Amino acid sequence: MTIAVRTRPSLRFRGKSFLALVLAPTVPLRDWLEDVDAVSKSSPGFFDGRAIIVDVSALKPSKSELKFLLAALKMREIRIIGLEGAAAAVVDADMPAPVNGGRPAGDIEMPDFDAVPIPAAPQSQPAPVTALMIEGSVRSGQSVIHTEGDVTILGSVASGAEVVAGGSIHIYGALRGRAIAGCTGNGKARIFCSKFEAELIAIDGLYKTADDLGSKFRGQPIQVNLDGESMILKSMD
Amino acid sequence: MAKILVVTSGKGGVGKTTSTAALGAALAHGGEKVVVIDFDVGLRNLDLVMGAERRVVFDLINVVQGDAKLSQALIRDKRMENLSLLPASQTRDKDALTEEGVARVLADLREKFDWIICDSPAGIERGATLAMRHADVAVVVTNPEVSSVRDSDRIIGLLDSKTEKAEKGERVEKHLLLTRYDPVRAERGEMLKKEDVLEILSIPLLGIIPESEEVLRASNVGAPVTFNNPDSAPGRAYFDAVRRLKGENVEMIIPSDRKGLLGKLFGRRAA
Repeated sequence: MTIAVRTRPSLRFRGKSFLALVLAPTVPLRDWLEDVDAVSKSSPGFFDGRAIIVDVSALKPSKSELKFLLAALKMREIRIIGLEGAAAAVVDADMPAPVNGGRPAGDIEMPDFDAVPIPAAPQSQPAPVTALMIEGSVRSGQSVIHTEGDVTILGSVASGAEVVAGGSIHIYGALRGRAIAGCTGNGKARIFCSKFEAELIAIDGLYKTADDLGSKFRGQPIQVNLDGESMILKSMD
Repeated sequence: MAKILVVTSGKGGVGKTTSTAALGAALAHGGEKVVVIDFDVGLRNLDLVMGAERRVVFDLINVVQGDAKLSQALIRDKRMENLSLLPASQTRDKDALTEEGVARVLADLREKFDWIICDSPAGIERGATLAMRHADVAVVVTNPEVSSVRDSDRIIGLLDSKTEKAEKGERVEKHLLLTRYDPVRAERGEMLKKEDVLEILSIPLLGIIPESEEVLRASNVGAPVTFNNPDSAPGRAYFDAVRRLKGENVEMIIPSDRKGLLGKLFGRRAA
C-alpha cells in the first residue's frame, strides 16, 4: 500500500512593523475611562478602525480586572489588537494577543504565535530620518502617513484630509484638514503652514481641534510647537 | 480621437445631469458627434432631462451584460441627429455594472462619436468610480456651498488616483463648473465666492452657471437648457463653457437674466 504524501508549498512567515496607537490606562481606572470618553466625545470616530494596543504595565491587573478593562473598551467600540505588559497568567486565550515592545521586523524563520510583531519603540531605535515631499495638494479623504520623518506639502491640505508625520509637517499652502506631527513620540516636531484653517492639529499625541483654538489664528501663517504639555501657536508674519 | 468626459461632483443635486445634457447639446450644436451616457443605474434621470423617457427600450446594463447591441440601446435625439443618449436601467442597481463591460461599451462608442459624456451618479461608490474610470476629461460640478466644495475636493482626489489615466501616471484634465451661482448673494456673503471655491479646489474654471429658473423650466419640458433657451443666462454660460472645453479662450463673465429698463419695457416680442 502506498501512502500519498501531500506536498505543500513551504510557508514563509514575515514580520512587518506597523504603527499602533498605545493606550496606557492609569489608576483610578474610572477616571481614566472618563478621559477616554471625553476624547471620543470631542472627536467622534477617533478610535474607529485604528490598531490599538493596551499597555497595562502600570495597572498590573488581575484576570478579572483585565476582563473588566477589555469589556469597558469594547463597550466604547475601541478595538484592541494586543496587550502589552500583562502577566501571562492573567491573559486568557480569548483576549488580545500579548505583545512585546520594540521587536525589529524582518524575515521570521519560526512562527511565534505568542507575539504579534507590531512594536515600534521609537525612543530606543530612532528611525532613519527621511523627508517626504508631496508636490501637489492633499485632497479631502486622502491620508498621507509618513512615520519616518518630515512631510513637506507644496499645495494645500483640504478639509477632511489628514497628514501624519513622525517628524514635522511643512505646508506651503493652506492647512484645512488635520496635521498630526511627531506621531512616533517626537515632542520636538512642529507644524508649519502658510494659511491656518485646520480642523485638528496634534504633536506627539497632544491635540487641539479647531474649536479649542478659536478664530484668533485663522487664515494666518502659523507655526505650532510643544512647550511641555502646552501647544504653542505663533504667527509667522 | 474621441474624448471621454465625465461630469461628476460627489454631492447629489448640484446639477450633474442638467450640465451633462446642456454640455452635450451645446457640443452637438457645434456639429460634433456626441453621446451622453447615464451611469446613475437605479435612479436614472438623464432620459427625462433629454426628453427621451418614452423611447427607452434597452439600456446601459443590457449592453454591458451583452443582452442588447449598442446600436439597439442608443437613442438618437429628435432635435439633433448627431446627439445620442445611452440611458441607465431604472430597475437594476449599480452592482450590475462591470468594469470590463463598461470598458467594452466605451471602446465601441469611441469609434462612433467625438465626445462621450458620462453622467456620474452622486457618491464615490461603484457607479461613480466606473463613470470616471476611463475619462480623459472631467467636469467637476460644484455649488458655491461648503459641503459641495468638500465633496468635489474628494472627487478630484479620486480622479487623480482611481482613474485609468492616473494609474498609468498620466493626468485626467479637470475643470470646475460652478453652478447655481448668484453673484449678488455671493457678494453679500450668503454663498461662497467664486474666488474662495477656486482657491480651495485649485483646478481651472470652465464656467459659471448662474442660478436661473430657466434650468428648471427646461428640465420640465425635457430639453437641455442649451436647446430650450440658448439665449437665456444659463444657456449662454453653458455655450461659453463648451467653447472653453474645446480650447478657446473666452472671457469669464457671469451671464445675467436681469433686464435693463428697455428690456423690461420690451420684455417679449410678440409671436
